[in-house]
Formats: sequence, structure tokens, C-alpha cells
Amino acid sequence: MLLYLYFLGLLDSWPQPGPDLLLAIALTRCILISERYIFCVSGDFVKVYSTATEECVHILQGHRNLVTGIQLNPNNHLQLYSCSFDGTIKLWDYVDGILIKTFIVGHKLHALFTVAHAEDSVFVTINKEKPDIFQLVSVKLPKSSSQEIESKELSFVLDYINQSPKYIAFGNEGEYVAAVRDFSLSVYFFKKKTTSRFTLSSSRNKKHAKNNFTCVACHPKEDCIATGHKDGKIRLWRNFDDDKKYTYTCLHWHHDMVMDLAFSVTGTSLLSGGRESVLVEWRDAAEKNKEFLPRLGATIEHISVSPAGDLFCTSHSDNKIIVIHRNLEASAVIQGLVKDSNIFTGLMIDPRTKALVLNGKPGHLQFYSLQSDKQLYNLDIVQQEYINDYGLIQIELTKAAFGCYGNWLATVEQRQEKETELELQMKLWMYNKKTQGFVLNTKVNMPHEDHITALCFCNAEKSENPTLVTASKDGHFKVWILTDDSDIYKKAVGWTCDFVGSYHKYQATNCCFSEDGSLLAVSFEEIVTIWDSETWELKCTFCQRAGKIRHLCFGRLTCSKYLLGATENGILCCWNLLSCALEWSAKLNVRVMEPDLNSENIAAISHSSMGSDLFVFKPSEPRPLYIQKNISREEVQWGVFVPRDVPESFTSESYRWLNRSQFYFLTKSQSLLTLSTKSPEEKLTPTSKQLLAEESLPTTPFYFILGKHRQQQDEKLNAALENELVQLPLTENIPAINELLHTPAHVLPSASFLCSMFVNSLLLSKESKSAEEIPDDVDMEEEKESDDSDEENDFTEKVQDTDNTDLGEDIIHQLSKSEEKELRKFRKVDYSWITAL
Amino acid sequence: MAGYKPVAIQTYPVLGEKITQDTLYWNNYKTPVQIKEFGAVSKVDFSPQPPYNYAVTASSRIHIYGRYSQEPIKTFSRFKDTAYCATFRQDGRLLVAGSEDGGVQLFDISGRAPLRQFEGHTKAVHTVDFTADKYHVVSGADDYTVKLWDIPNSKEILTFKEHSDYVRCGCASKLNPDLFVTGSYDHTVKMFDARTSQSVISVEHGQPVESVLLFPSGGLLVSAGGRYVKVWDMLKGGQLLVSLKNHHKTVTCLCLSSSGQRLLSGSLDRKVKVYSTTSYKVVHSLDYAASILSLALAHEDETIVVGMTNGILSVKHRKSEAKKDSLPRRRRPAYRTFIKGKSYMKQRDDILINRPSKKHLELYDRDLKNFRVSKALDRVLEPSCTIKTPEVTVSIIKELNRRGVLANALAGRDEKEISRVLNFLIRNLSQPRFAPVLINAAEIIIDIYLPVIGQSPVVDKKFLVLQGLVEKEIDYQRELLETLGMMDMLFATMTRKDSTLVWQRTSGGLLENKKVES
Repeated sequence: MLLYLYFLGLLDSWPQPGPDLLLAIALTRCILISERYIFCVSGDFVKVYSTATEECVHILQGHRNLVTGIQLNPNNHLQLYSCSFDGTIKLWDYVDGILIKTFIVGHKLHALFTVAHAEDSVFVTINKEKPDIFQLVSVKLPKSSSQEIESKELSFVLDYINQSPKYIAFGNEGEYVAAVRDFSLSVYFFKKKTTSRFTLSSSRNKKHAKNNFTCVACHPKEDCIATGHKDGKIRLWRNFDDDKKYTYTCLHWHHDMVMDLAFSVTGTSLLSGGRESVLVEWRDAAEKNKEFLPRLGATIEHISVSPAGDLFCTSHSDNKIIVIHRNLEASAVIQGLVKDSNIFTGLMIDPRTKALVLNGKPGHLQFYSLQSDKQLYNLDIVQQEYINDYGLIQIELTKAAFGCYGNWLATVEQRQEKETELELQMKLWMYNKKTQGFVLNTKVNMPHEDHITALCFCNAEKSENPTLVTASKDGHFKVWILTDDSDIYKKAVGWTCDFVGSYHKYQATNCCFSEDGSLLAVSFEEIVTIWDSETWELKCTFCQRAGKIRHLCFGRLTCSKYLLGATENGILCCWNLLSCALEWSAKLNVRVMEPDLNSENIAAISHSSMGSDLFVFKPSEPRPLYIQKNISREEVQWGVFVPRDVPESFTSESYRWLNRSQFYFLTKSQSLLTLSTKSPEEKLTPTSKQLLAEESLPTTPFYFILGKHRQQQDEKLNAALENELVQLPLTENIPAINELLHTPAHVLPSASFLCSMFVNSLLLSKESKSAEEIPDDVDMEEEKESDDSDEENDFTEKVQDTDNTDLGEDIIHQLSKSEEKELRKFRKVDYSWITAL
Repeated sequence: MAGYKPVAIQTYPVLGEKITQDTLYWNNYKTPVQIKEFGAVSKVDFSPQPPYNYAVTASSRIHIYGRYSQEPIKTFSRFKDTAYCATFRQDGRLLVAGSEDGGVQLFDISGRAPLRQFEGHTKAVHTVDFTADKYHVVSGADDYTVKLWDIPNSKEILTFKEHSDYVRCGCASKLNPDLFVTGSYDHTVKMFDARTSQSVISVEHGQPVESVLLFPSGGLLVSAGGRYVKVWDMLKGGQLLVSLKNHHKTVTCLCLSSSGQRLLSGSLDRKVKVYSTTSYKVVHSLDYAASILSLALAHEDETIVVGMTNGILSVKHRKSEAKKDSLPRRRRPAYRTFIKGKSYMKQRDDILINRPSKKHLELYDRDLKNFRVSKALDRVLEPSCTIKTPEVTVSIIKELNRRGVLANALAGRDEKEISRVLNFLIRNLSQPRFAPVLINAAEIIIDIYLPVIGQSPVVDKKFLVLQGLVEKEIDYQRELLETLGMMDMLFATMTRKDSTLVWQRTSGGLLENKKVES
């Protein structure tokens, strides 16, 4: 059995050792929107989301390296081209999630473009000689019936271009291509086969210093090119077929770099976005006519317009895709794990939702469901208007902790402009069952005079009063308790400071409660102090003189008599609390130490120049249970044990620690990894199979409920079948009823009209109940019972499907022609507007 | 897509008494009207019927006052000795009073001579009351007896001789014509039933009982005596519900507010305490100049009348609702604008879409939302804002600093505007809660306006004042540090045991120290 690593967060640089599964995320190199689907590249995959339900409908997998470009097939809008670093272009049927063809080009492909009139060729960016020089070439895609086709026929178009697809655009139905790099814009005309080049002044004086091109877009109908610049200007170029007579006009609203530009389908309006997180729509290319969609939350990275032009979509730096209507109204948000530059809070598990909790948007705490790979919600902690600007010192959420089974959440935020001016605030949030969210209960200004280094709740089961301990660099630790503040006017509870403790003016660095809450361990630099939580009396101290304590934790369950401490000098110590003596110590440069809440196990990740190693051990045993060398090359910053919903049963000694919880960890480059015994393919298949099963219906929760219900019904029916040997038609599979059920209720005729038809369709037809089919079904039943493998089940389901359609056809004959027509008519009515609601 | 988040205004705990609904309610009275009586005011009683006159018993006279009159509208003065406990009948037409010589006299409100005289007590009658059926009078006297009298033929019906000391207070049930309670100096409160010849319930108060009160429902009994006010549950056979000890001298009188939600007690310690009748916690306290002997509340708590030992009667009237109509009212949309479309019935296919609720933003927030930073600062530097709510001004300065635009907002001001900023700084710079923010702002101002110093005498003067202020503050801080050092030395000589305690104490001083950096 092997342990695989799963990447959840987005990685800036794709890790080289083998392609790994990227489970999340929308933060991508490029996005694309069609009328019903959004495509986004994530790692080796292309994810297909439904615009209406925001659910992921398909994951197109097949590339063996990073996917770099996607484009819809201009000649068939149900097909999608994708190119990848592995040197192939693949053609997909995205509605069913099927790979149609693979074209092997051979070079590393950096971007992909399609043009409507060039039917059999696409354009790709490759780099040939030097690593920094890229070429735009057209690739002829030969027509062939085989699955894999070699297409090595490349014809050169443009040289010395930038690799990102933002820097190249095709205009006026493919008559020319515009490419920008640094300070120059080059336009290549396909008919004339000439290149014109325009250069902006790049002098070092203030005015022109930021003239760099950042993106380009071409008008779909006219000869007009829009370019975005680093200083926030947008230039509209015209008459560029003449090197002398060309003109440009400037549009200036953005105060910072223009990240992406896109023309609407008709070309009447231009969309632009940047760091301001405001989508700007320029109407008729005029400075005056602009519309805004503000407060999109994060920097706009890409803008895409659907082929019919009624939907836009923007992707953002916080791993989010927003679907926007033509009238600039956001209609859907697809949000993944928000990637923040700094994770101060570490990884936590919300005891209620079992969601992963960490820093999200600036000043927010995000709750991320690992099971459904979806952001549950964002909790606004700082509650202040976020000003997106360089050089501003923002309020940072530095610490957070859950207490009392998720009933309380404590957060610490700080802002330090100068050495002396520290703004510190501690907030305590109570979980409100009615609104299912956290409500601010107490706000403490300057709870300490210096940075708070640690925060912990007493999570003992029988603790009568919620207790919180904060340790600070000012040399004190404070105990906060919940006090009743209610009188006849209101019921109120609030947190007040109960005790302030210190030890010889040393800085308090860590604090930790024992499992039963009877002891509190606070480390003061090199010294660990143990306090009685009843009386707040100092019980004893441990000192190893091995550097400052970095981590501190008590053993759990049978190992509750041990206290573990990891020091900065690379010593891991274990003290026995009964004998007050050092039990053992080991030389290990521990970066992360996390106790498992469900067992005695403790995971420690050490770091050396070679990489990070994982050790899992019990405090009572000197020998580690499990060692995984080199889990990551980078330093691991945080780790957490996530309890499993369904315990696994690994029999192998070394994997038994994974039975009840899973270990996730976060590296310095913000990739979230976990250890799993399943290979990536296995992990992905069940979901994708499920998705393929039902046409292209999005997998909404409702769908799952219905699916379950159906299965149960199937089982019931099968049971009935065994007893009575009378086959009832499966209502779900009769086309007439299907049509009835798929039609929205409010456009159906009255129930009295439909009733007779409906009942008729449910009646057993005499012809259908033939003697041949019954034994067939019984066989199938036996098959089902005999083996449980997925494939077999699939097969049997298929058999059943065909049977049922037979039945359905029989029944449909019973319906009168007029009734059938009526139903058909209903189906033909365009209900697409409903999805837009 | 969250909307604009308003600037968080830092709130500071308000020192002093907490402002609750009760403090607002009981403070909403005009300054008291003082009326001098001839002797200690032993009883005040309001007529239960409009126009809610009240009878004041003091010395040998009974005065009837109208609601707003300061002179008595009627006086009963035909007592040979001290009169006690003038009480109105439920219909407000008869008045009964006891007297020192043992007589009980019944008056018609309109007449002058007593209608009836009940003779039978041998000693001073301190308490009289009408029963619920209006035809009987209960009286308690210093001869230890409680008597029930018939009004029509002025005969004694019953005599109870169960008390073993003076009977000084009593009260008849408002519901049952046969029930009444009396309190005595023998420490007991007894409930009598006219249908039986003895008391039905007797409770031990523990102190000489000065006042008793039955709740309108008759279920609860309140007794006052010594420093205690005790509440008894009569339906449980006289179980003690709660014992209140909030006065530090003898409690002399009790009274219920008209809603029945609050209980008032007056005491010789010159205070009236207001209790909530649900939690029996003191919710408010009223102070008077002398020891209080009697207390009464008018209908709807319109008036509080308190009689004191020095013969002063204090009358407080509730403030009438402020007349807001004096201001010219803004023209509002017509009524039919509001009811437009209200009568529309929802059709089958209609989807109800509510109008999005409009979020109200403060003016400075509106400016900040649109990045008009100078204007936002101007708004909070208006005198109305700086004087009333300096914390708003400071919060906005802090927010501007956070946004990195404080220098922009402060720059480019003329003499008048800059002196306004300086005025604010001079007034608030030395306050520890504002100091960190304002010092930063002061530094920026000095940086910006340093080149133009000397051009305006007004501004220069302000700068000098500011400089003096900072110097004074530095001196003050130095003194504080010196004191702290001295204290540290003193504490260091003390035993090591107290060390943690000491540290907690000194940390308070350290906190102050941080507020101004030199």
C-alpha cells in the first residue's frame, strides 16, 4: 500500500514529482464560459461547472501535465479543445465528459487559440530555442477517425511573444492577430502576411514609466484593438494597418494595472478589471459611458464572455469565479479554498461542521468543507472596509480557537504600524443555533500589551464554566471566563479576565490545557510551568535548557500523564506529570506537532535541508508508529487531524493511525496536502461515474436525495417481484411520466386534465407482461446479490434500463396521439429563462 | 458581494450609574414641589377616583390637595389630638381616619363634620381602612386590638385580640370583603377573616412591623419592619418568598406602582427604593432630604408624594411628553403613497420580491465610501461632533490613518480649519484613550504646516498651547514613574508571598504610562 499526496490548494509552481490530483479549485490560468457551463483549468484537469447551479458537473481528465489553454470549438459549440504541457491538444465532448480525440503536437504548449474560419487548424504558443522566447504557430489538425492523431504540421505566425494567453488576441473574425510584449504591440495580418509593430515610449521619466502592456483584446467586428497597461490605462488602437496613420485613444479609470480585457460579442462594450476588484464596462468605447460592478472581493484575474453574449464571468485571485449577467448583476459565485498569503491562524477543525477553518479573505475566517470540497462560508472577523492598496498595513487576523464543542470562537486581530503602536483586539463569538452562525459576544481592546502568542480553550467535558487562556509576549498569561451579566432588562453573558499569571517576566509563548481541564501548561521561553486550573496555583516547572519551547501539548486518553514539548534547538521532550521528571527526549527539529483528538497519537513534522519528515508516535512508546520521509520539500507550516466520518479499517500496523482521522498539512507555499492510501484515479472515479450516469443534470443535493429514494424504491420493487412475480412498471422510467415530471409545474395544465392520462400511464399493459421478461429480471436479481463489484452493478443497471424503456414504449402506445402531442409541446417550450431566475 | 462596511466607532464604557429603562422612568419627574405641613407627615393617600386628590395626614389635621395645587383644597381639623391614617374609600367619597385619643372618624369629602364616630378603642388608632364591600371599616390600635366596624349603624362588629403589642399598620383586601391583614409591633403580621373569630394566617416578620401591603391579586403580602422588606406568598399559607434588606434604617412605608410591576419602599434612611416585582432586585433609588414616613403614587404614576419627619411634603409630577410639533414638520409623502399597492392580492403566478432594505449610513460614512477623505474629516470636526462625541472624531482619524490618507485629509487647510483641528487636539490629546491616535495626527500636522508657521498668530498660539500641553503631560508621566519606582521599592520589602498580587496592582500604573511617549 502506498501513500499518496493530494493537493487541495492551488499551487503556483506545479510540483514536479509526478502529476497529483488537484481536488479543488477554481483559481486557474484561464476560464471560459458558455451558455450553460463554465470551464476552468485546475492542474491536469478541466473542471466543468454549471452556470445555473454552481455545481461541478464534470472533471475532464486525461492530460498528463498542467493544462494551459482551453477554447470552445468554434465550429461545434458542444466541443472543447484543451492544450497542455504534455504536448497534446485534446478535443472533448464536455456535455458527457468524454474525450473525443487527442492530437499529439510534441512541443510544450503554452496557450491555445481558435479562429472560426480556420476550420482545421488551431493556434498554439510554443517555445523553441531560448527559454524566454515564445512563438505563435498554427497547428493543422488532420481529420481522421482514430483516437490519437499525430499533428506535427506547424506553421509559424509570430515570434518573440509572451507566453500568457492574455497577451495575444485574434480580431475581426480572424483577420489579424495582435500580440503585446513589454512596450510593443505587434499585429500580424493573415491576408497580407505582414506584421506591423507599434512601440510606446518606455523612457524612465515618471510619465511613461508604467507604459507596459498587460493584456490585449480585439474587437470582434471592427479593426480595433484594446490594450491594457500597467498604469491602469486602456488604449484603443485604430487604423493600425498603416504604420504611420495609426491612432489610439485612452480610457483611464483604473488606478492600478489592468489585469484583463474582453469585448462583448457585438463589440459595443469593453470589459476591464484589475486590482480594484471592480468590473468596468465601457460602452461605445467612450470614457463617459461606463458602468461599474464594484465589490467583487478580490483582484480580477480573467474575464470571459459567453458566445451568445448574455453572460460574463470573472475569475479572482481569491479562488473564486463569479458569473455576471449582461446587465452587470452577479448571478452566481463559485468559491474554492481562499488562498491567503499568510496563514496565521493555522489549520483548525470546526467541531460542528467538521470543516477546515483558516484565514480566508483579508480579515475573514473561512470554513471549508473537505468532504464536499467547497467553501461553506466566510466569517467576517475584522468587520472593516477593506481598502485594496499597496503598502497599507491591514488588520490581520492572527489567532483563532474553537471552544466548548464549537459553541465559542475566540479570535485575535492585530495591526502594527510602528514599533510602539500595536493595535490588538480579541473577539469572542458565540454560536447561535437559530441563525446557524457565529455572533459577536465580547470585544476586548488590548487584552495584552504585546502580541498574543497562544490561545486555548479548556475543552474538558465537565467544565462548568467556559475558560479561555491567552499567552502574550508581555510576560503574562490571562485567564478569561464567561460571566453572567444579565439583569431584569436583558439576558447577557460576557467574558471577563479572571486571573493574570506570570513567571519571572519571561515571555509566555505557549499554553495548553490537559484533556480533563485540570491542568494548564504555560511555557515561558525555556521553562514550562504547570498551573492548577481550580485555584490557579503554580504546581511545578520543567526546564530542559534546550532552547525556547515552540510547541507544547498534553498526551491524551491513556497517555494523559505525559506532557510533550518541542524546542527551537531541535529537542523533543516528554515529561511525566506523575513523577515530574523527564521521561524521554529525542533530537528532532519539530516544526509542527499535532495531537489526534481521537487517539493517543501525536504527529510531528520535522524539517531539515532535505525536506520535511512525518513522525507519528505515542508519548508512552519510544518507538514511532509510522515514519514518512520527505513528505514535502518545503517547510510544513501547519498540520491538523481531521476526524473521519466513517472509520477506515487498515489492518497494517503502520497505517492504523489513519483509521479514525486523516492528517492534513499545509506547506509554506500554501499547498494543502493529505495522506491517503487510495490512488488518485480510484479517488476520482466514483464521483465521475456518478456524474456520467444522469445525462448532464447537475448533482444538486436534491438530486442525491432523489437518487437515494429511487434506489430504495428499486429495492422495494425487486423485493415485491420475488414474492409475487408480478412486475410493476417502474414509474421513473416511463417516458410519458418522465416528461410530465420534468416539465415545470407552473406551465402544466390543470391536474384534473392530466389525471386520467397519468393514471392510464401507470396501468399495467397486458402485452408488456410477457413470460420472457420475468425470469430475466430474476436472474438479474441474483446477479446483484451474488457480487457487489461496481462494474457488475453497472452492467445490471444497464440491463434494467433497456427493459424499462421497452416497457415504456409499450405504454406510450396506449396514450392517444393528441395527448402525446400535448406533452411534446410542453417539452419543446424553452424553459431556459427559468435557469436565469 | 458585501456592501460598504461602516467605520467601527470605538465605544468606551460609561462610568457611573447604568442607564436603564427604570432610571429613565423614575428620573422623568419635574423638580419636587415642597409643601410645609404642621408636623411629621404620617400618611399620604390618593383618591382612587379622578381628579385623584390626595389626603395628607400630619399632626392633628388632614389636608386634601388637588393634583397640581400647592394649597390644600380642604382641611379636616376637628381632631383633639394627632390624627392618623386618613384613607379614601374606593369610590373616593368617604374618608376615614384614626386619632391619638382612640377615636375613628368617618368624613364625607364634601362635608366638614364627621359623619360617624366609632368609639371603642382605648388607645391611639394608627391604622384604619375600608373593606372591599365599602360598608365596613377595619381599625387597629395601640390597645393591641383590631376592630371591624359597620358604617351604617356605626357599630362594632368584631374585635380581634390576637396581637400582643401595638397594631400599627393594616390593609384590607381589595377583592374579598372579609379579609384584611394587620401588622403589629409584636413582630407578626396576621390575616383575619371576618367570617371566623380568629386570624387565618400569621407570619413572623422578625421586627416590629411598620407597614403592610397586599398585592391587588391578594396572593402576595409585603411587610416592612426594621430594615427588612419581606414578601410572603399567601396562597402557600404565608411562606416567605423573599426578604429584602436594601435600606440601612427602618423601612416605614410601602407602595406599589400603578402597573404593579414595581414596588416602592420608603425608609428613615431618606431613600425610596424601587424594586422589580419579578426579580425583587432594586432597579432604582430616589433620594430625599429627610427621613421618609409616608409615600404614595398617583394614578399612572403621574405623581410621587413623599411625606417626611420634618413636616415637608415633597410632590413630584411627571414631565409631560415633550411637544415636538413646535418644529415645522417636513412635508412627507401623502398617505396614499404608502398604501399604494397594499391592497393588491397575490396572484397565482406572482413571485413576491421585497424591496431591499435601505441601509442608513452616517454622513461621514457616505463620504468615506466615496473616498472624499477631507470632507469626511471636516464633518467630524464640526463642533457638534467634537464636543458631544469625540470618540467618533477619533475613530474617523484612526480610519483615515488605516487607509493611509490621513496626511491628505489634513493638508491644504486654511487658518480657520486648521485651528479647528488644533482645538480638538488640545482638548483631547491628554486623554489616554485617544492619545495614541491623536499624537500621530499631531505629528502629521506639524510636518505639514511647519513651513508656514509664523504666518498666522492664531495658529501659532494654538501650537504653543499644544506644546505646553505635551510638556505638562511629560512632567506628569515622569512623576508617575517616580511614584511607581517608590512603590516598587516598598513592595519589594514585603514578603514574597504577595508578589503576584503586587504585580496586578502595578500593571494598572504601567498601562497609564504607555499613553504618551515623549
